Amino acid sequence: MTVTATTTDPQPGYKWVGTRPVRHDGLDKVTGRARYGADLNLPGMLIGAVLRSPHAHARILSIDTSAAEAMEGVRAVVTGADFPMLESGGEGSGEEYYDPLDLCRNVMARDKVLYEGHALAAVAATSRREALAALAAIEVDYEVLPHVLDVSEAMAPDAPILHEDLITEGVEPVPTTPSNVASRYVIDRGDIEKGFAEADVIVEREFVTQPVHQGYIEPHAVVADVGEDGKATVFCSSQGHFMVRAHTAELLGWEPSRVKVIPAEIGGGFGGKTTVYVEPVATRLSQKAGRPVKIVMTRDEVFRATGPTSGCKIRLKVGATRDGRLTAVSGSMAYQAGAFKGSPVSLGCMCAFAPYTIENVFLEGFDVVVNMPKVTAYRAPGAPMASFASETLLDEIAERVGMDPLEFRLHNAAEEGVRSVYGPIHKRIGFRETVEAVRDHPHYSIELGPNQGRGVASGFWFNFGGSSSATVHINEDGTASVLTGSPDIGGSRASMALMAAEELGIDVYDVTPIVSDTESVGYTDVTGGSRVTHATGLAVIDACRKVVADLRARAAMVWDVDVDEVEWVDGRAQHVSGDRAPMTTRDLAADAAGTGGPITASAAVNARGAGAAFSTQVCDVEVDPETGYVKILRYTTAQDAGRAIHPSYVEGQMQGGVAQGIGWALNEEYIFDADGTMENPGFLDYRMPVASDLPMIDTVIVEVPNPGHPYGVRGVGEVGIVPPMAAVANAIHDATGLRLSELPMSPVKVLEAIGANGG
Amino acid sequence: MARVIFGSALRRYTGGVDEVEIEATTVRSLINALDRRFPGLGKHLESGMAVAIDGEIMTDALYEPVPEDAEVHFLPPIGGG
Amino acid sequence: MSRKHVTCTINGDPAEFLCEEDQSLLDALRDVVGLMGVKEGCATGDCGACSVILDGRLNCSCLVLAPEAEGATIVTVEGMAGPDGLHPLQETFLEGAALQCGICTPGFLVAGKALLDRNPDPTEEEVRYAVAGNLCRCTGYDKIVRSILDAAARMGEAAPAS
Repeated sequence: MTVTATTTDPQPGYKWVGTRPVRHDGLDKVTGRARYGADLNLPGMLIGAVLRSPHAHARILSIDTSAAEAMEGVRAVVTGADFPMLESGGEGSGEEYYDPLDLCRNVMARDKVLYEGHALAAVAATSRREALAALAAIEVDYEVLPHVLDVSEAMAPDAPILHEDLITEGVEPVPTTPSNVASRYVIDRGDIEKGFAEADVIVEREFVTQPVHQGYIEPHAVVADVGEDGKATVFCSSQGHFMVRAHTAELLGWEPSRVKVIPAEIGGGFGGKTTVYVEPVATRLSQKAGRPVKIVMTRDEVFRATGPTSGCKIRLKVGATRDGRLTAVSGSMAYQAGAFKGSPVSLGCMCAFAPYTIENVFLEGFDVVVNMPKVTAYRAPGAPMASFASETLLDEIAERVGMDPLEFRLHNAAEEGVRSVYGPIHKRIGFRETVEAVRDHPHYSIELGPNQGRGVASGFWFNFGGSSSATVHINEDGTASVLTGSPDIGGSRASMALMAAEELGIDVYDVTPIVSDTESVGYTDVTGGSRVTHATGLAVIDACRKVVADLRARAAMVWDVDVDEVEWVDGRAQHVSGDRAPMTTRDLAADAAGTGGPITASAAVNARGAGAAFSTQVCDVEVDPETGYVKILRYTTAQDAGRAIHPSYVEGQMQGGVAQGIGWALNEEYIFDADGTMENPGFLDYRMPVASDLPMIDTVIVEVPNPGHPYGVRGVGEVGIVPPMAAVANAIHDATGLRLSELPMSPVKVLEAIGANGG
Repeated sequence: MARVIFGSALRRYTGGVDEVEIEATTVRSLINALDRRFPGLGKHLESGMAVAIDGEIMTDALYEPVPEDAEVHFLPPIGGG
Repeated sequence: MSRKHVTCTINGDPAEFLCEEDQSLLDALRDVVGLMGVKEGCATGDCGACSVILDGRLNCSCLVLAPEAEGATIVTVEGMAGPDGLHPLQETFLEGAALQCGICTPGFLVAGKALLDRNPDPTEEEVRYAVAGNLCRCTGYDKIVRSILDAAARMGEAAPAS
């Protein structure tokens, strides 16, 4: 192979960290060899298909599968009756918190269907054609119920109720009747009245956003094979195969060890593959049929039954003094949860003003169930829409007090030791540095032409640690295999290899990073929350340090010296005296049998110390006053990565987040008809950005090391999607004088606003 | 003594009290002490809430040490994409 | 349903397969011929993950019926690397980190090849429009566009215009 790493100097003090090697899994991905979820076919395999509700809200009076079961080629049929009903309760924690009852009803509806696309039966047949014919033969008798999608309508007293047992949490007195408001969350700090009394300028607006989908290109796909011993092997793409194992087993009423999950390559997730949909269904079908069963969702099914993230209504009020000091913020946010509770509204409340120091805060959030798919995590869940509102208002208030928007942000910037808007004291953070990076970037002083405008916005995301495992083997030839349980969604294997190379002192191409199945490595949480490079990285570093300690001990044995006299330098054992020939991993591996057997070590962590992430972005647009079309002319994003392990993939995360945010800003939305049917469940009408919609996205990696990681790593996956909507909206304002407060800012909406303004 | 600050969501368990000082060595002993003072609060805190000790947000942290003079917050579970 | 016998050329080799009359070329390539590098993202011609070069033209194989491939010459991602190694696009995609999850990568490589086959020295804008039928949700396209431009430059150096 002639391919070589781009030459980049490593980080000072490091040999590998900060370089840009070709990713280890890259060759398979550019030659078509990489196996994704849909790429496995097994002998005797059946094709599964899922029957989905045509109604947004209906009671299931009866399901008759007898005709389908009698059809030639049909080998198994399942409905909700084939899965145990689980008890309600909070399970898991942090990243993977969920209610088992909701999950089991989402995977297969029981008495009611709660959204158009809700699964209620499935078949396995000898071909897709026969499977689809069998679905058509299943007779379902529905009592169609009124549905509700809009959050305000869903919160109204006379709204159709989705769940008769849903009592709002977080309000006093406890309600005695059910509603669609699952919970109320409040941040209440300082004295809001005093804060607004101190303000010289107050701005207030209402914002509306629509549900948007993560839009991964690979549909959900699974092959499940239940053997004669009753054990299941599940091959699928997901953001966490241990999550798939746990959920699949739980939904079938099994112990987790009865399920082995083999991770396929994952074709994008962005949070949307942190739960299960078809995996337990394929497994039950396989158990009933005694054959392997494959289910691959269509794109239509992906839109109708997975994801999306919440649409919302947000009302915010911000006060500042004449000299640009923020004195108070207040407001409310109502987020669509989809058919089951659990929108990220509390995170929206926590993140909206997190980059700033504000003493007086009152924010309340409402988690509202509506008749659309249960929302799933999407990159910095909850923060982008809240920040669209907050960062638009900050732009407006900066304008009103006559300050440059970046200077305004610096003037109010949160920093180490200051109390965050959401409560705790900030640790070392790099927000200020991201603002300065944009201010000092040439982009910020490029002159603009007619109908052009420039906008800035910032964003915050917590980042996350969590549980990860790693095993490191030194092979007979001195190379290393690094096994982890983290699906590689954007280049994390390269980061793991770099950290292992750094610790072991061997060449990064002598490290083979592997994503192992659920039986070959210890439990690992999902790839999400920007946690893998931090948390799984900590496990890899720890395992490598154990290996190095072992290698030093073996060298000491060979040299018959005390282990304290052996140093590990550049992948070699050296005696402090310098009078012995150093021994490489290869030398030590060759003699491993004589020094204690194979050289291997494992480590596992529940990682603490994830450093918070901040991003500041600047966007230039040109608005066509005739059509309302907004063209993105230039885009620059500065983000604190703590320490970039593989800068190319840090840049990739930053650029990808921005592109998704631009889509959210300008085009993407779920559109429903009067019956609650999604009208645009395809990529033609759900319009994600394509290459010709975007300019190059310039990146500035800011590095304020995270004290919670030995190299200073901060997660980089999520925060990049937080600022774009406000950055674009603020740029449109700069170009046109218009404040747009509804997403997407599509040509129609922009034209309407121009018209309303006397165009 | 650790200083525990209650967000608004927890104040219904504390009768409106927004801050207490508690002697505790671990998160578990802290939660137990809080539950003795505010019956019912402990169960709520253990059901998936994250804890922040001196600004460090953690989950599954029952056995985490609570330093002398630490500032403790309980937060909603924080997930991610 | 009786099956159709299709004879064609795939990645330079003579090939034959049996398909159903209404089967898409995408499904036939994947499930019959076994070329799993051709990806399905939508099956409606909107994402480009299933891009192939069919008789010299870029096509979404999900929009072509398999029987239509009779006598055709088909190039998929599996046919891009030759005996001398990777295609320059494959090299520059790897070096330029132009892939994250990689599911769209085969389609972009094929679309990039279709572009460079007819326009060896494209501008950035020409590249962006040439791959506008291919969706990538991970990268924001920046590194993909740069990698295609880099490949064009590399191929230009290797074979200077006469």
